[in-house]
Amino acid sequence: MEDTSIPRIEMSGITKLFPGVKALQNVDLCIYPGEVHALLGENGAGKSTLIKIMTGALPTDEGKIRLDGQAIVLNSTVDAQKLGISTVYQEVNLIPAMSVAKNMTLQRQPTRFGLINWAAARNLARKRLKQLSLDIDLERPVGSYSIAIQQLVAIARALEDNTKVLVLDEPTASLDAGETNALFEVIRDLKSRGIAIVFITHFLDQVYEISDRITVLRNGQLVGTSMAKDLPRLDLIKQMIGRELEQAEGQLTKRSTDNLGEPVIVAKGLGCKRVIEPFDLNIRAGEVVGLAGLLGSGRTETAKLIFGALPSDSGTLTMNGEVVTNNSPRQSLGRDIAFCPEDRKEEGLVGELSIRENIILSLQAKNGWLKQLSYDEQERLADEMIKALAIATPDMDKPVNQLSGGNQQKVVLARALVSDPKLLILDEPTRGIDVGAHAEIVMLIRRLCSQGMALLVASSELDEIVAVSDRVAVLRDHKQIGEIAGDEVTREKIIGMIASG
Amino acid sequence: MSTDITLSTRLRALAGYRATWPLLALAAIFIVDGFISPGFYDIRIVEGRLFGSVIDIFYRAMPTAIVALGMAVVIGTKGIDLSVGSVVAICGAVIAWRIHEGDSHFVILFLALGTGLLCGLWNGFLVAVLNIQPIIATLILMVSGRGIGLLVNQFYGGTDPSFESALLQGLSVGHIWLIPTRLIVGVGVFIALWFLIRRTALGLFIEAVGGNTSAANLAGVNARLIIFSAYLIAGLCAGIAGVILTADTHTSDPVSVALYIELDAILAVVIGGGSLAGGRIYLGMTVIGALIIQALTTSILISGLPPEYNLVVKAVVVLFVLLLQSQNARNAVWGLFSWRKS
Repeated sequence: MEDTSIPRIEMSGITKLFPGVKALQNVDLCIYPGEVHALLGENGAGKSTLIKIMTGALPTDEGKIRLDGQAIVLNSTVDAQKLGISTVYQEVNLIPAMSVAKNMTLQRQPTRFGLINWAAARNLARKRLKQLSLDIDLERPVGSYSIAIQQLVAIARALEDNTKVLVLDEPTASLDAGETNALFEVIRDLKSRGIAIVFITHFLDQVYEISDRITVLRNGQLVGTSMAKDLPRLDLIKQMIGRELEQAEGQLTKRSTDNLGEPVIVAKGLGCKRVIEPFDLNIRAGEVVGLAGLLGSGRTETAKLIFGALPSDSGTLTMNGEVVTNNSPRQSLGRDIAFCPEDRKEEGLVGELSIRENIILSLQAKNGWLKQLSYDEQERLADEMIKALAIATPDMDKPVNQLSGGNQQKVVLARALVSDPKLLILDEPTRGIDVGAHAEIVMLIRRLCSQGMALLVASSELDEIVAVSDRVAVLRDHKQIGEIAGDEVTREKIIGMIASG
Repeated sequence: MSTDITLSTRLRALAGYRATWPLLALAAIFIVDGFISPGFYDIRIVEGRLFGSVIDIFYRAMPTAIVALGMAVVIGTKGIDLSVGSVVAICGAVIAWRIHEGDSHFVILFLALGTGLLCGLWNGFLVAVLNIQPIIATLILMVSGRGIGLLVNQFYGGTDPSFESALLQGLSVGHIWLIPTRLIVGVGVFIALWFLIRRTALGLFIEAVGGNTSAANLAGVNARLIIFSAYLIAGLCAGIAGVILTADTHTSDPVSVALYIELDAILAVVIGGGSLAGGRIYLGMTVIGALIIQALTTSILISGLPPEYNLVVKAVVVLFVLLLQSQNARNAVWGLFSWRKS
C-alpha cells in the first residue's frame, strides 16, 4: 500500500437526506491505490447509500468526491464507469440464459457500421476473462456455470482498461470456502495492479483476511477508519453495534424477575436447515427476551421461525401449553402472538391503504372476514394508537406511505399492539425512529410487560437489548451460542461471546 | 380576487377526485349524442317496456359491467382474469346442452352459475395454490374455454345449439313492470358485491393482499384464500353474464359470444380508476367505466359513422380519459395554461 500517495478516491463531508431520514451525515472515506478497504456496518448504517453515491447511482446532497486528486461530479453510473469507478452488486446482475460473451458486453457493445461486431465483442470478453485467469466457454449460457464463476464473470465485466476503483458488495455471500479463496486470489491480483477495492461483507474473518483498512458506519455516521491490523476484533464489533446509552433509556430500571408467569412459548430444538440451526428458547409471561448478534447471525430468522413466518423442519414449538403444528402467522395471531417485521416497506405496511386500515388489519384478520369492525370502532382504535404512540398525522385516512419513516414504524407497532398480544415479537423496533419517540416506545413496552405481556426483541443495537432485556440469547453464524440472564446481561459480556471463536 | 383563488383551488381539488373525470367523460358523450341524434333522450314505452337510446346504453352495457365487477375484485388482488369471455362461452354451451337434455330450466340456471364458479375454482387453484402468474394461469382457460364450449355442443350431436327458455330469456331480454330485467340483475349483482366487499372485511383483505402480499400474510391475512375467493367471484360474475348473453341470442355460440369482453372489462376497471398494480377496488366507478365503453359504441352507431370506426374512436376516447386521470398529464396541461396567462 502506498500510504503517502494521492488517494485514488476521496469522499469528504458526504451528507444524504431521504424524506424523514438522515441516511448519511458528514461521512468521509478515502481509499488509496492498491488498497482493499472494508466498509462495515449493520443494516441501515448507510453503506449502500455511500456506495450508490460513489458510483453515481444517487446524487449527494452535500460533500465532495475527488478521483486521483481531481474534483468530480457524478450524475449517473455511466459517468462513474467512464471515469473508472465500477461496481459488482450483491445479486449477480447477469442474464442467465444469455451466453457469457453477450453478458460481458451487454452494456457497451463494440459496433461496426452501427451493427454489433460480435467478433470484437468476443475478443473483448476473452481479454477481460483472461485478466482474471478465467478459462470458460464464451458461448455457454452464464446460468449454466456455478454462482462463483458467475460472480467472477460479473467482476470481469466490471473491469475496464481504465478501472481505478472497484466496489464489491457482499461478493462472498453465496460462495463456499474454496470459491471464496479463488475470489480472494483475484482480488489480490487486482490490488497488485493498483486498483482500489471497496469490499463490503458481514463475514468478519474475511475482513481480516483480505483488508488493509476498515471503515465502520453506524446510523449514517462515520464511526472511524483504522488499519485492519491495529483494530482487534472485539473493538470492531463494539464499533459496529455499540451505542452510547440514551439518557431516557438509562433511567429505566431492571425489574425483578421473580414474579414471572407461565411460559408463553417453549421452543425445543426448533430449527430450519440452511436458515438457523436448532435452538431452545422459552419465554414467560411478563418477561423480555433479547436476541443479540451481528447482521446475518440469525436474529430475524429466529423471530420469524417462532412466529411461523418461516417453516421449521425440526424440533417442537409449544404455545400456551399446546404443541403447534404447521405454524403460520395466522395461527400465531390466533394464539395472541404479534410480530413487527424489520423491513416495514416490504413486510410491514400496505402503502396504499390508510393509516387506520393498516392499524386495524391484524385485529380484523384475527376476527375473520365476516366480523367487520364498525367504522366507529376502527376510528376509536386507530385514534387511541395514534395518541399512545404519538404518530404525527393530521388525518388517519391518509395513505400510510405519506408518513415519514419513523411514523411508519410506529404504525407497524400500533398494528401489533391493537391485536392485544400476549407475546409481542419485535424485529429492529426502533430503526429510523428519533430519540424522543424511541424512549416513548420503550416506556410503553415496559408498561405492557408489567401487565403480563411477554416480549421478544431482535435488535442490532446492543445497548437497546441490554437496556430492555431480562434475558438475552446470543447468536452467531446462524446458531444460538448461549443465553445469559440477570446481572450477566451487559454489553461487554455479549460482545465477548460474539467475538470468541 | 380571493374568490378566484378559492374557485381555482376548489377546481384543482375536484380535478383530483377519481370520480370526476370518468363522470365528466360520460356526461360529455351523452351531450354530444344529444346533438348528433335529436331523439337521443326520448324514452318511449313499447310493449310494456322502456325504450330509447339512453336505456339502450344501460341495457347493452350490463353484461360487460357485470363481468367488469368481478374483474375489479381480481385486479384488486394484483391479478387479472383473461378467461371471462371463455367462461361465458362454456356457460352458454352448458345451458344449451342441458335444455336439450330436458332439465328443469330453474336447475339449469344454477348449473350455469355453478359452471362459472367451477371455472373460477380452476383459475383460483392455478393462481393461489400453484402460484402461476395470473396472466398465464387464466390464459389457459381463455385459450381452451371456447374449445370446451364446442365440445359441450357435441354432447347432443351439435346439430342445433339453439333453444327456447321462458325463464332464461325472461332474465335477459324480458322486463319487470317497465324495467328491463337485466338492469335489475345488474343492480342486484352490484349491491350483493358491494355488501360482500364493503360490509365485510373481505374488501380490506383483498386490498391488503393486492397492495403488499407479504405484509398482509405477516399481519395474519390468509392471502391464498383471499386470492382464491377473488377468482371465484370473477367466475360467478362471468357465469351471470353468460346466462344473459346466451339467452339473448337463445343459442350456444362458443366461437363468437362475448368476444373481447375480457378486454372491455379490464378497460372498464382502469377507466374507473383501478390500477393493475392492485390494492384498490372501485365497484361504482367500474360500472361507470363499462357505461362509457358502451356509450361510445352506441354513439358511433347512431352518428352514422361506419362501424369500422368503432374500435379506433373507442381507443382515442379511452386514451383521453386515462390521460385526464393521470396527475402528470394534468399538471402538464395546467402548466401550459399558467404559461399562457403570464
